[in-house]
Amino acid sequence: MTETTYREALRSALEDAMASDPTILLIGEEVGVYGGAYGVTKGLLDRFGPERVIDAPISEPAIVGAAVGAAMTGSRPVAELMYVDFAGLVMDQLGNQAAKSRYMFGGQIAVPMVLRTQGGTGRSAAAQHSQSLEGWFLHTPGLRLAMPATVNDAYHLLRAALVQPDPVVFIEHKGLYTLKGPLDRDRPDADWGRALVRRPGRDLTIVTYSRMLHESLAAAEALAAQGIEAEVIDLRCLNPLDEAVPVASLRRTGRAMVVSEGVMTGGVAAELSARLQELCFDQLEEPILRIAGEDIPIPVSPDLERAAIPSAGLIAEAGLHLMRREVAAWAR
Amino acid sequence: MTGPETAAAPDAVARNTAPLERYRIMRRIRSFEERVGEMFLRGESAGSMLHLSIGEEGVVGVTDAMQEGDSFTTHHRGHGVFLARGADPARMLAEIGGRESGYCRGKGGSMHIADRALGHLGANAIVGGGIPHVVGAGLSYRNQGAGQVSVAFFGDGAMQQGILYEAMNMAALWRLPVVFCCINNQYGMGTRIDRASASVDFAARAAAFGLAGISTDGADVEVVHAAAQDIFAGARAGRPGFIEVSAYRFHGHARMDKSPYRTPEEEAEGRRRDPIANARARLMAEGLADEAALDRLDAEATAEMDRALESAVQATMPPLHAMFEDVYDPETPAPEPLRRRLARILNA
Ligand SMILES: Cc1ncc(C[n+]2csc(CCOP(=O)(O)OP(=O)(O)O)c2C)c(N)n1
Ligand SMILES: [Mg+2]
Repeated sequence: MTETTYREALRSALEDAMASDPTILLIGEEVGVYGGAYGVTKGLLDRFGPERVIDAPISEPAIVGAAVGAAMTGSRPVAELMYVDFAGLVMDQLGNQAAKSRYMFGGQIAVPMVLRTQGGTGRSAAAQHSQSLEGWFLHTPGLRLAMPATVNDAYHLLRAALVQPDPVVFIEHKGLYTLKGPLDRDRPDADWGRALVRRPGRDLTIVTYSRMLHESLAAAEALAAQGIEAEVIDLRCLNPLDEAVPVASLRRTGRAMVVSEGVMTGGVAAELSARLQELCFDQLEEPILRIAGEDIPIPVSPDLERAAIPSAGLIAEAGLHLMRREVAAWAR
Repeated sequence: MTGPETAAAPDAVARNTAPLERYRIMRRIRSFEERVGEMFLRGESAGSMLHLSIGEEGVVGVTDAMQEGDSFTTHHRGHGVFLARGADPARMLAEIGGRESGYCRGKGGSMHIADRALGHLGANAIVGGGIPHVVGAGLSYRNQGAGQVSVAFFGDGAMQQGILYEAMNMAALWRLPVVFCCINNQYGMGTRIDRASASVDFAARAAAFGLAGISTDGADVEVVHAAAQDIFAGARAGRPGFIEVSAYRFHGHARMDKSPYRTPEEEAEGRRRDPIANARARLMAEGLADEAALDRLDAEATAEMDRALESAVQATMPPLHAMFEDVYDPETPAPEPLRRRLARILNA
């Protein structure tokens, strides 16, 4: 067990995986000499050389397309998309090619690649560099989707992604790279595809993932001070999606909030809330609340940017209202 | 709002004011970008994704070949181009600081400045994202017949983006009044062009699509300008063109980048390709301005940008409710704020 950062855990996962699997290649803009726009691939060019750590021109569709072809032919490519916002450029290669090859070709041609990328707000990076687009990938059968929230998961989910038989979209959060926490290289918190209870509680279920885990935990702390015990569940992977853990929780608590940074409409929170409602209908005491990003592009001005996504304060206020009918100022 | 200031023309420049004017604009761009750096250091900018165009001022040779009514899009390093097209530096800095009085009401920031009135159809943070818009603008202008040209400004990095070639082909095929301008500062982030492209003869690529293509030395604004005038004359007559302005990016990619991938020797060499120093020397050598006159212009540029920065720093931030505005047309309902929706559910 060591104390390290989310960034360093990701780097170690790549390094350890590349050391044990010589078929792994990294392809992306600035992954080599520069060490990654957010420093995740630092040192890997020196250790593994330019045949395996490949600096690519600014040509996202071909980067991802090349990863698809490499995956079809015995390599295990990790394509890096510097910002998830550039997904628009690569959605054909990802959604029509990587995601569908196994199916269209009758199971013959698998595409075991990883697309590493990062998203989210927090840097005043404006509307084209701050989005949470996981909903786009979730809406595409054939793609796996992992979104680590902790240091240990940064390492283990990435290691697990690198042995999946199908394409994985792996979305880091730009606001988590400096997060510190324990890393146990020998022990994942849970298996790939399993959700985890990060804080137990009997009164209210909060289902979340990625950076919103930390806002949710802070909200649970605030609620605990008021005598409300919220159970906080970290999904870790959105595909495969573990319904069992949140369903078991909601059947006990009867109340749930689904928290996500991505915009509310048509998003991940909507999907989760629909599933929980279908499976827990008889136990629901209250409507399942979606606490999600506002339905707007991300503004550059720092206060507006912060207000465009959920905060611990909002989650706690909504929880208090849900539990005790204590009306928040904004609901009056 | 402070507009561009006009220097009293000294006798020595009466013969030819255009090169002196280009010098003045380049000087204003540099002073402006220095203030952007200062704004960041003072913690007054919205974030650190600020891309300075210092070293690339030779692009004024291109912007000076544009006419009123022409439109353009830029990449993320577009402050200089916009300033050269008549932008108000105080409103630009206000936008860069996320202030309400900024060009885009504090919504867009440095990488998304636009101003319809001045023909700026938008700066873009997607490499290549703004390029095809000039094809569409070219269609409008061709059909409207008002003789306007639309110009895409982008970096060398965008030369590897497929959409550029789709756009070039369409512009040539449909004979549109369009100019593609590549500001080649030798780097895309930490990648020197020869590590991004096996062939760096960019003008040849344009020629292969049937465009008039030319490569110019951005260290000499007058050379750039002469070439740009030909390219624009062609574009106005339905022969779209491509012009490369070769330059050196004096500073890091954005404010957090110290360029560890470049040697000090290379940087020193690159900074010798200084379009402002060159223009200054040429103006004096040709007797178009004396040192005192140029010093005066420099001081005026500095003072103008100092004032612009102070005004931007003092400008107010947008109110929170502004974030729901401009998603759709103001005549139609804005998105419902989450809190209002939650209140509807919880109070039901
Ligand atoms: C589609 C896309 N890919 C990658 C990036 C990240 N990025 C921002 S600027 C940049 C380098 C661009 O280089 P160039 O086009 O030469 O412009 P310069 O920064 O040198 O002015 C990169 C890779 C981006 N913003 N958009
Ligand atoms: Mg460049």
